[in-house]
Formats: sequence, C-alpha cells, structure tokens
Amino acid sequence: MSLLEVKNLGISFGGLRAVDDVNLNIEKGQLYGLIGPNGAGKTTIFNLLTGVYRPTTGTIKLDGVDIVGKSPSEICQTGIARTFQNIRLFKKMTVLDNVKAALHNQVKYSLITSFFRTSSYYQLEKQMNEKAMEILKVFDLDGQASYLASNLPYGKQRKLEIARGLATNPKLLLLDEPAAGMNPNETAELMETIRLVRDKYNITILLIEHDMKLVTGICEKILVLNFGTELATGVPEEVLNNPEVITAYLGE
Amino acid sequence: MGSVLEQLINGLGTGSIYALIALGYTMVYGIAKMINFAHGDIIMVGAYVLYVTVVQFKLPVIAAVAITITFCAVLGITIEKIAYKPLRKAPSLAVLITAIGMSFLLQSLALLIFNANPIAFKSIINVKTVKIGDIAVSGVTLVTLLVTLICMIALSLFISKTKAGSAMRAVSEDKAAAQLMGINVNKTISMTFAIGSALAAVAGILFVCQYQSIKPTLGALPGIKAFVAAVLGGIGSVPGAMIGGVLLGVIESISKAYISSELTDAIVFGVLVLVLLVKPSGLLGKNRIEKV
Amino acid sequence: MQNIKSNKNHSAFTKKNLFITAGIILGFFVVMLLAEGSLLNRQYKSLIVPIGIYIILAVSLNLTTGFLGELSLGHAGFMAIGAYTGALITLNLNMPEVAEFIIALIVGGSIAAIFGVLIGVPVLRLKGDYLAIVTLAFNEIIRSIINFLGITGGAMGLSKIPRYTNYVWVYAMVVLTIIIIYNLVNSRHGRAISAIRDNYVAAESIGLKVSKYKVMAFVIAAFFAGIAGVLYGHNLSVLKPADFDYNKSIEILVIVVLGGMGSIRGSIIAAAILTFLPEVLRAADDFRMLLYAVVLIAMMLFNSSGIRTRLEESGKLPKLPKLTRNKAK
Repeated sequence: MSLLEVKNLGISFGGLRAVDDVNLNIEKGQLYGLIGPNGAGKTTIFNLLTGVYRPTTGTIKLDGVDIVGKSPSEICQTGIARTFQNIRLFKKMTVLDNVKAALHNQVKYSLITSFFRTSSYYQLEKQMNEKAMEILKVFDLDGQASYLASNLPYGKQRKLEIARGLATNPKLLLLDEPAAGMNPNETAELMETIRLVRDKYNITILLIEHDMKLVTGICEKILVLNFGTELATGVPEEVLNNPEVITAYLGE
Repeated sequence: MGSVLEQLINGLGTGSIYALIALGYTMVYGIAKMINFAHGDIIMVGAYVLYVTVVQFKLPVIAAVAITITFCAVLGITIEKIAYKPLRKAPSLAVLITAIGMSFLLQSLALLIFNANPIAFKSIINVKTVKIGDIAVSGVTLVTLLVTLICMIALSLFISKTKAGSAMRAVSEDKAAAQLMGINVNKTISMTFAIGSALAAVAGILFVCQYQSIKPTLGALPGIKAFVAAVLGGIGSVPGAMIGGVLLGVIESISKAYISSELTDAIVFGVLVLVLLVKPSGLLGKNRIEKV
Repeated sequence: MQNIKSNKNHSAFTKKNLFITAGIILGFFVVMLLAEGSLLNRQYKSLIVPIGIYIILAVSLNLTTGFLGELSLGHAGFMAIGAYTGALITLNLNMPEVAEFIIALIVGGSIAAIFGVLIGVPVLRLKGDYLAIVTLAFNEIIRSIINFLGITGGAMGLSKIPRYTNYVWVYAMVVLTIIIIYNLVNSRHGRAISAIRDNYVAAESIGLKVSKYKVMAFVIAAFFAGIAGVLYGHNLSVLKPADFDYNKSIEILVIVVLGGMGSIRGSIIAAAILTFLPEVLRAADDFRMLLYAVVLIAMMLFNSSGIRTRLEESGKLPKLPKLTRNKAK
C-alpha cells in the first residue's frame, strides 16, 4: 500500500496554472525524487502537501487519510515534516532548542506544569533533552547543541533543518533542495545521512534536488515536473535518458 | 441639515490637516520602512518657528511662512542623517525607539526654550467667514482646504511626472535595485524627509491658525491621529494617506457633534481597528504575501 | 551512580532551586532593609513600589515583544483595566484588607487577561507595524471608554482608593511574575512562542499552533499588566484615565528595549534604572527630559548601528555582556 497518494493535484494563482493534474504514489520506505527545471512547480507541490497552499483540484491522502484543507500544523501531526529551500531555522534559539521545539507534540506537559515546574517538568524536559540529543547525534550536531542556530555554518544549518523535521516523528519527510550550496564532499556525506535516516527511523522521503549525482545516487524513483505538469515518472536511469526530459532541461 | 453640512466641512478642514501630516508618515514609511514617530513634533517646531518669525522678528507673513517651511525641511533632513541613517540595517524596533527618543528630544528642547505655558498666537490668515445659505464656513477652514488641495495636487504631480518623483517610487519599491539603476538612494531619502517635513510645516501653520495656541506637546495628538490616518489609508500609499486623513477628520467631527466628545477617540480608533480587520493592509495598501 | 544522578534531576528540590529560594528570601530582607531602615531618605523609599510595578510591567511586556516578537504599544491599556477593576473592588467590598486585596489582584489580572483574548483577534490577522498601531488604538479605546463611563468616574477618575500596596505586596508580585514568566519561556510553551517569533512558517511546519500561542502570550502578559495596575491604583490612591495613555505604553516599551528584547534580567535592571534615574535628575529638572531623550537616542545608536561591534572588534572596548537574549554558553 502506498503511503502518499496524490491524485489530479492542481493549483492556480490568478490565471496561472502553477501545478496541473499531478499524480504521485510513494510507497512506504521509498526514497523518492522530485526534479524539474526552475519554476516547474516543485516547491509549490511541497507547499500543497504541507497545507501552506490549498489545492484547487485533486486529493492528497497520507496513509489513507485525506489531508486536503488541514492546516500546516495539523498536517505535521498527521505525519508530514519538511525542510525549506531558503533555510528557515529558529535563528535566535539554540540548536538544541530548535529540535526541542519540534518535539512539542511528542513530549507534552501542561501550562501549569510550565508555570510552577512540578516534578513532571524536570522528568519530561530530561526526556526531551535526551531525545533531541539523540537526533542531533545522527547529524553530527551534538557538539554544537548550545550554539545559536544562526551561528552554525551553512551546511550544518541545512542538516539542523532536517533534524528538526525528523523530531516531529513524521511518516513522510519532505526535503527541499537539501544539498543546495554544498560542496561535493558535503553532498556525499549528506547522501549517507539521508539513507541512514530513512533506515534508522523507518520513514519515507521525498526530495527536491538539482544535484543529479545525489538524485541518481539515492533516489529509487523520480518524478520529473515541467511547467507544473508531470513529464515522466520512473527509475532514475530510465527517466533521465528520456528524450523529453533532456529537452526540458537543456532546451531544443 | 445645515449643521450636518457645517460639521462635515469642519471635519474636512481638520481632516485635510491630518492628511498633510499623514503624507509625511506614509512617504517616509514607503521609502525608509520606518514609523517616524518624531514626525508629529515637526508640526510643533513649525508652529514655534512661525511664532518667532511673525511675532518676535515681525517679518512679513510670506517670508515667515517660507522660513518656517525651509526650517522644517532642513530639520527633517538633519534628523534623518543623524539618527536614522546609521540604523538603516538595524531591526525596525531600534529605529522606532530612536524615533520616539527624537520626539522626546524635540519636545524637551521646545520646553527649554519656550517653557510649558501655552503661547497665544493670532491667526495669520485673515479671511472672513463665508456664509452660503445657513452654512457658515470659517475663513481658516476655507484656506486650509485650498492649501491642502494645492499641496496634494503638487505632490501627486511631483511623484508621477518628475524624475525625482520616479526615483522615490523606485526606492520605495526596491532599494537595492534602485541603487543598481544609478539612483542616489541617500539623496532620495533626504528628499523624502524634506518633503514630508515641509508638508508637516504647512500643517503646523494651518493648525496654529485654527487653534491659536502653541505649546511643546502640540504636535503629539495631531501626529498620532495622522499616523492612524496613514495606516487607515494603507501606509506607504500616497492617495491612501489623503483619503485616510480626510475620512478621519470627518468621522471625528461628526462623532464629536452627534455622539459624544469623550467617545470620539474610541470611535476613531475603533474605525481603524475594524478597517484593518477587514483589510489588513489598510484601504489602499498593498498586500504583500510572504513567499514560502 | 547514573541512576542517582538522574533522580536528582527529576525532582524540584535541586540544589539550584534551593539556592533560588534562599535568594528570594534574602532579596526580601534587602528590600525590607531599604524600605524600613534609614539607608534611604523618604524620596528614594517612595520609589521602591514604583520600581516593582515597572518591573512587572516590563517583564510581562517582554513576553509579547521580546519572546513572541510582536510590537505592542498597548500595555498601559491592560494596566488601566486592572487598575480600575481592582480599585472598584476594594472601594465597594467590605472585607478584611488582605482578602479584599487578594481578590482585587486576581480579578484585576483576570479581567485584563480577558481583554487580552479580545486583542487576540487582531493579533491573529495583523503583523508588525500594523499590529503595533492596533495595540496603540486598543490602548486609546480603553482610555477613552474609561473616560466616558460613569462607574469609573469619567475624566475626574477615582479617588480614595485604599492604600493597600506596600513593598511586601509588590515584592511578592514581582517574584511571582518573574518566576512564572521565566519558567514559561524555558518550557515547551515558551519554546513554541520563541519559535513563532523566529519563523512562523517553520513553526507551523513542525506542528505548533501559531494562533494559540500568540493569543496565549498576549493573555499572560495582559494578566500581569492588570496586576501591576491593581498595585498602581492602590499605591497612588487616585486613578485618572490620562495616566494610561499610549505614552505610558511607550514608556514601558522603552524599558523593555533598553533592557534587551527577550532578556528578563535586562528588563528588571532597566526598569529599576529608568524609574530611579528621573528622581536623581530632579535637581536638573528642566534638563531631565532632554537628557533622557539624548541618552535614549545615544543608546540606540550605540547598540544598533554597528559602532559597538566595530569598537569591540578593534579591541577599544571590552566586550560587554549583551543584554539581549543570548543563550549560547
């Protein structure tokens, strides 16, 4: 059974059809790539999946549950987490607090407990710290836990965003250009981490990426988008040799 | 019926003063993206300069008005250069607090020089009250309406027809891009402050002619009302400031006359809240959507 | 070993907490010494209560402005609601002083908090400068309505309010405010509030209910502003609507900004200095406001224009501890 089932997804801004009739089926545990030239509507699809935009047409089902019309925070709680193309960290908070903020719905205590620090406060905060540190360790960020997020180098900021998304305990993780701005070494390392995350946390990953090495390296299936519509779907080798795809990328 | 019309015209009179001040707020906001809290106090400075030139130096009215406007324009440029320019990259709150400090500074300087007692000032506008049927319109109101109309037309023409005006529009749209196109951003910002302060000086002159009393805190109330007017019309929008100002003046004068003078402020601010709830960027403001 | 250590961390009775309790008690004796002893003259003694009130106001405003990141120019409005509610309660109830005053504090704070919910509606729709002007409008609407109503005494205001406020009450309320707000911002709720400040889109994406926490911050801040208002009214014994205009809100905002956004300690220190300073400068009465204005502008220019960073980097200035939120250790 597929985890994410998207049918006839479409949205218009004014008269512009930014995404048109896109179908997407992602199996549980799959590493799925979403590629296409600039302006093809990739990030728009992420925004539709996470409830930032409401689709004009189509259905989105996560694990059989219809999520169209839900708010971003509700969608997060049904199991979709994401990162952003232009990094959106909580810059004035520490690295640790960035992840702890994302544990908000995993470890809960009441407002009164917050106000007066009853003993469950200490217990649950400790639990939160341990969980957060464990996730940070996966991304090799545990050494910088007390840094302000804005003081991290660029590559680490991207990693922290993934860590934060992971902390919400998602079924599906959306990564928007995770390797943007990274050098080949960093990208290679990131590929390893993404694979590791998928296996260790047993989640499904959908990613947007321009770096073809990364896409062919880790994606099991890809969808090519052009002008808001599906151009091709399939395994990477096949799709990337598709003449239509080559034309879309390189022009006639 | 006549009295309703009379209130309406009075409201137009106060409203057009608000509109003149609101223009300064809105232009500065459009270009520097800051709320210039000290703007209201420029009115006060204008009023005192007029008083000094007319009463103490006994200059002819035209010369006094010219000096007042020039003084305020230069003051506006100076304030920007000293206090706001170093903070262009600072968080907007830092700029706001600096502007509040500037407002305190102008008020306390006036307090030191002229002390807190109100100074009586005889209007320099000597136009007789005009009667049409049973409606009486005071000369000051007539002159106010006329002067405001002229200022607004001149400003609109300046912004839409001249090179400097299009530079202003360009800078308010995108500062960095305007700079790349060879526009002198610093000069444009200075010019904006100069024009805004000059309009505030005009408003100050009209204001003291209407109320005939000058004190250091004179600018605070019309300043805040004009600020509300600018937001009501959509801050950053020049026609919005004009409409907002006039609207505010009319609402104020009608509710003072027919509802309750104590509740007038509540009504004026209530209208603002309601308008913003329906149209979060004001009547003519641009809605900017953040890209995700 | 591991087990014992973690057990210790679970409980509220840590070394740190005992230390804080001792500090609070010690602090009380210091305040008592200042208020009752002969260290200060009468003029300075009369400042102890106002300083406490301004600390409560600044710390609570810091929650909305520093931690939630929404500029609020209406804090004095909430204070007015608390002040009038509290005064009307003690003027009309016939109960023992302590009972009456506790009721006044709780109800005054609560009614202010209810108005905090009311302001929540625009808070959810507006941002930045627009929200700032709406909070200012809200402040003026409250003042104007208090001015109009009969029960509040109109422009004449209320008088003969019992002078219940003393340094003991103020100290207790200051401690309560600081503890609750400090604990809040260092909890999951507080992290949600700060996350919304830093990036609301990302905050939504990790499942935070942005609207809930925005309103929550305003309501809690309003509650404490209301309490400060009750203390204020029962200190002066008279209340006038003009005491609560937007200039009062700006005064509180200036304290928060000078103390450092998101720094509770900074708010406390700035509240004390800015209440104390005008009294010290009383000798230079005419120049007082001028000096205040110049200091304000100079501080902002020094802190925010990059002069400070440049001086610190060139080694001409020792790196001063920044009073802004800086948790990195």
